[in-house]
Amino acid sequence: MQDREHFDQLVLPHLRAAFNLARWLLRSREDAEDVTQEALLRAFRFFSGFHGSDARAWLLQIVRNTCYTWMEKNRPMNGAVEFDESLHLSPLPGPEAQALAGSDHERLTKALEKLSPRSREVIVLRELEGCSYKEIAAITAMPIGTVMSSLARARERLQQLLTKPGTKEAVHDL
Amino acid sequence: MTCDDSRSFLLAYLDCELDAPRSAEFERHIEGCASCSRALEAQQSLRSSIHGAQLREPLPVGFERKIRRQLDEASQPASSWKFTQWRLLAAAAVLLLVIGGSWKFAQKPHDNGDVPVAAADAVELVDAHIRALQPGHLTDVTSTDQHTVKPWFDGRTAFAPPVRDFAAQDFPLVGGRLDVFQGHTVAALVYGRRKHFISVFIWPDATQNAEQYAGAMNGYQWISWKQSGLRFCAVADTSRDDLAALKELISR
Repeated sequence: MQDREHFDQLVLPHLRAAFNLARWLLRSREDAEDVTQEALLRAFRFFSGFHGSDARAWLLQIVRNTCYTWMEKNRPMNGAVEFDESLHLSPLPGPEAQALAGSDHERLTKALEKLSPRSREVIVLRELEGCSYKEIAAITAMPIGTVMSSLARARERLQQLLTKPGTKEAVHDL
Repeated sequence: MTCDDSRSFLLAYLDCELDAPRSAEFERHIEGCASCSRALEAQQSLRSSIHGAQLREPLPVGFERKIRRQLDEASQPASSWKFTQWRLLAAAAVLLLVIGGSWKFAQKPHDNGDVPVAAADAVELVDAHIRALQPGHLTDVTSTDQHTVKPWFDGRTAFAPPVRDFAAQDFPLVGGRLDVFQGHTVAALVYGRRKHFISVFIWPDATQNAEQYAGAMNGYQWISWKQSGLRFCAVADTSRDDLAALKELISR
């Protein structure tokens, strides 16, 4: 099938980006596996409607939507809450991360997970995926100005979390 | 460049999103301004700790293989029940999408022809509704008997969708179900046509617009028309002629 070949060439190379975004939005590797699978199948279904040039942004947009829909359904109380302790899922590090197991990795993971989903996603897209403002705008359906202000806010919050480990911190140290 | 300007350009500079003349101006400012220079360093150090922490999640072992296998299954030809079921789901999803388009149309009586729906909108709309169509919710009432399907809608919709079986004309009734779309309850009838399914969505339409619309998307044909205060939208991956024939039968 021609469509399938095309999909494998254009979209599948961005699988790791898709999984990474899902993992950070959902704060769970396990949930990210399910949601990424769902998003990929969905992307394949609508692939004939894709005529753009940026397959990564297109896929990440679908992943993002799938994540938010999944969260609405499975974590209905968690909508706009900046951070909900009860849902603070401890990260399940992959092999690479385990090898590192450095305090930096842990510290940054915790800080990033404390951001609101909207702040987290812009940081992940910008810093981990290296997306341009324009790409982030396309993925998140936000105007570029909003992308910039979200990024500024997210970075400021992240700075705060890293420099003064908040009072809430103790709660998560089980 | 003032410090205020410099602060507003700082992140764009950091992200390489500042044009060359402004970048040069910014760099000149930084050289002479300790406070802005510290602000930039703080951002750079935040960035290097993010990068140093290697937060980009590696793929689980075997994950890509698993995805490829699922894609293989999804691209197999139509034969298994699973795929048929999926097709019905996709048809219904595309239909909802089309309703979105024709709904907009109902408010814009001057527009004509096929509804242009951007791919991104399509994905968005279908995303929002595909979950309502999880397995088990494809047909709420599965019956080829119009006398079973019709009463089923009583009390479930505020209107009475016309339910008739057209098995004699080779459009057998498969069943019906309810959906909510943009806050409206929509009745859906599913008809068979050779090996395909046709979904007919029906909802009350109080507008003056009695136009008929038709279009094609992702290999699906659809037509939408108005009849006795109800708007109908039929969608399938059969030919436009099939849909027109079914429309004729329904409007008789």
